[in-house]
Amino acid sequence: MNLRRVTGFALAATAAALSAPLAAQNVAITNATLAVGDGSEPVENATVVVQNGKIVAAGPGVAAPAGMAVIDGTGKWVTPGLFAAMTQLGLYDVDGVRESNDSSGGRSPFSAALDVTTALNPASQHVSVTRGGGITRASVFVGPSSAIFGGQGAVVDLGADPNMVMRPRAFQVVTLGESGGRIAGGTRLAAQAAFRNALQEAQNAVGKADRPGDVLLNRPDALALVPVVKGEQPLYVAVERAADIRSVLALRNEFPKLDLVIVGASEGWMVANELAAAKVPVIAHALDDLPTSFEDLAATQSNVGRMVKAGVKVAVGGLTGGTGDQARNSKQFAGNLVALNKLPGATGLTWGQALATISSVPAEIAGFGGKAGVLKPGAVGDVVLWDGDPLELSSAPVKVFIDGVEQPTDNHQTKLRERYRDLDTSQLPKAYEW
Amino acid sequence: MTAAGALALAACSTTADGGETRSASAAPAKATASSDAPYPSTYKPYPGAPTALVGATVFDGTGKEIDNAVVLFRDGKVQAVGTGLDTAGYTVIDGTGKYVTPGIIDIHSHLGDYPSPSVSAHSDGNEATSPTTPEVWAEHSVWPQDPGFTRALANGGVTTLQVLPGSANLIGGRSATLKNVPSRTVQGMKFPGAPYGLKMACGENPKRVYGSKGRMPSTRMGNFAVDRQTWIDAQGYDGKKRNLAKESLKGVLDGKILVHNHCYRADEMALVIDMAKEMGYKVTAFHHAVEAYKIADLLKENDVCSAVWADWYGFKMESYDGIPENAALLQNAGACVVIHSDDENGIQRLNQEAAKAQAAGKRMGIDIPDAQVVRWLTLNAAKAMGIDGQTGSLENGKMADVVLWNGNPLSVYSRPEKVWIDGALLFDADNPKMRPVSDFELGQPGMGDVK
Repeated sequence: MNLRRVTGFALAATAAALSAPLAAQNVAITNATLAVGDGSEPVENATVVVQNGKIVAAGPGVAAPAGMAVIDGTGKWVTPGLFAAMTQLGLYDVDGVRESNDSSGGRSPFSAALDVTTALNPASQHVSVTRGGGITRASVFVGPSSAIFGGQGAVVDLGADPNMVMRPRAFQVVTLGESGGRIAGGTRLAAQAAFRNALQEAQNAVGKADRPGDVLLNRPDALALVPVVKGEQPLYVAVERAADIRSVLALRNEFPKLDLVIVGASEGWMVANELAAAKVPVIAHALDDLPTSFEDLAATQSNVGRMVKAGVKVAVGGLTGGTGDQARNSKQFAGNLVALNKLPGATGLTWGQALATISSVPAEIAGFGGKAGVLKPGAVGDVVLWDGDPLELSSAPVKVFIDGVEQPTDNHQTKLRERYRDLDTSQLPKAYEW
Repeated sequence: MTAAGALALAACSTTADGGETRSASAAPAKATASSDAPYPSTYKPYPGAPTALVGATVFDGTGKEIDNAVVLFRDGKVQAVGTGLDTAGYTVIDGTGKYVTPGIIDIHSHLGDYPSPSVSAHSDGNEATSPTTPEVWAEHSVWPQDPGFTRALANGGVTTLQVLPGSANLIGGRSATLKNVPSRTVQGMKFPGAPYGLKMACGENPKRVYGSKGRMPSTRMGNFAVDRQTWIDAQGYDGKKRNLAKESLKGVLDGKILVHNHCYRADEMALVIDMAKEMGYKVTAFHHAVEAYKIADLLKENDVCSAVWADWYGFKMESYDGIPENAALLQNAGACVVIHSDDENGIQRLNQEAAKAQAAGKRMGIDIPDAQVVRWLTLNAAKAMGIDGQTGSLENGKMADVVLWNGNPLSVYSRPEKVWIDGALLFDADNPKMRPVSDFELGQPGMGDVK
């Protein structure tokens, strides 16, 4: 029995008066242009079948099972639900309203021990707005503030139901480079020393009830790093500069089990072969092309394309806010990587590769390879029906399914749009239109 | 922001605009410094070949689309735009399958004032030591070596931009209107004859910045009180004893300096419109204006432009009601729309932002033609900056600020192929040596790379 369907039905019962029921459907979408999400190019005239909350078939030769509800996708596109890597969805309402914002650890005495699942709020407007943009899964991190470690991130779904968490404590976050140096006492040296010490203390804590007196980390933080040092929990390391990426890769000489993911990597293209050889995946911003600091002097929009070409597994991510870097715009970012193919000297991605950077690849990095971000049998029933090419600016989702549940489309923004469709207040104030 | 940068709290959107202006004569200013027009523009157009763009689809900036068009320019000026024109004497560039627009104009930028790298030594956009600083001029902060200018040109097709002071202050100072030409000096970028703008800000930023210092304003009512008293104090200024602050304010009261007012909320914009009436000036444009759609009628009635993002929302309290349909609703109500960036990345994709705003409108039943959408980035911006007589559209006699796009500029798959400023080719995607490289990037990793 699919847990999502259970929770979906429960919510439908309590919220029936307020919104559309959230029931998992067995449904087939036919005659659509289908993009599987695995890097392959889209195919026309295809069908996707969702049953019991899972994908059971997808492709051009697939027939809708007899008796199953069918949605005609003629003229439309179908993709897996998109996966947004490194977001803060569910952790804030308004960035600038501090009391609503749980996206970083603040002045907490704890860092690595912080667990985002304790604060996730599926009712945040950013969750519903992002879901309306075709994103159905995400990784959520907490930003380092009082220490170089941010805490334990989670993998979530964006379904309109009370349970966001798909995998709690899915990864740990650490920042080295400039921001890590600032936090650790002012220099990269300090950050690296703090990092090594923390992992040593975690190693020393394994299987021991007592810890020696000369420790820097508090007990919860040290224990939280045990799965990292054992390689049981991925470690997302935020660095940008080529030299910093190399020094992160070298950490495996001391801590061989580290399951590394590089986050940021503006200069990743300069060390692409080393990243590929080390089999370390990257979550990169697609379009950074300015020397915002001295650690990303060589930033270019060709960064992702060059890394992919070298064999690095690259997801597009880090779209955390409500400004230019909104998760719902990840498709625009991916589309820009396709645009680079027409730009002499640039390295872009094929359309299929670009979609993969915001669907199957981030899902793989998050530990859900073949299970999310892809329309393959056995994967979660996350399907988005688009009114056109999903990477194009003019296109938007028509329907969004998560675990086979068709999702509601209303949110704060859509309600405002409808209220102010006209400005007529001759009979009653706008406050009565809702 | 980089993904790693995202690990720190997003810090944008607390900055604002700035401003610089000059007297609004249509003729280029003479390059002589004087007390009424100091720091004059030294910009002169670079040489260019007489050029004919043939066969492209033209969005001319006025809202007109011309298919299979010929665009002729020489001596820095647009000579003719139409179909079947004689190209004798012009270098012909085949535009088949391509698109031509006027140079893109960003009405709200901080390039140069908050340049890259964004180290604290470069933080020159907010004179946050007094809530009213009409005496400061953004041009005195502009670092011409900001690599951001080159990205705006190559990826965004931006040929003109207004650099504004930030929004820490109620009155932030004068804006600088610049041609996006690489230059050793800011004077070499100044748009000849462009009027100055005055950056103002309402709402959260000024009251937060000064309230946190324990001084006025700490509330929205404080914002208005300080603004009003400042205007009253300026009204009697006779210029006999020079006062830089009052010179700027008097310029506004005399209609020579254009007010660009950072303001998010509809109710506050309505109050500002009344303040302007009370004090005897005009607001040219509200910038950021995420709630403009709630008062589209009032904005139209008062002839105030709204300079907006496509879809920014929810990053600060006063942006909570931002919706992607804002621009389309304004256009539908007959109000003036400008798409702006306020961002060194967004300025590289103003065309894409406009396309998203267009699409959001279409989904709610507001169909806005591509050519009209391009006007949001060109002629409307020029009008609100007081330079629509010189640029912003491909009309005879105007500056030949022209972008040849390799596809429809409202598609995510399109990029500028060639960009001309005053008829001089200053970016060519097909020629690596025609990518400008700022002094800062010389000899550094990635120099001259396709960015």
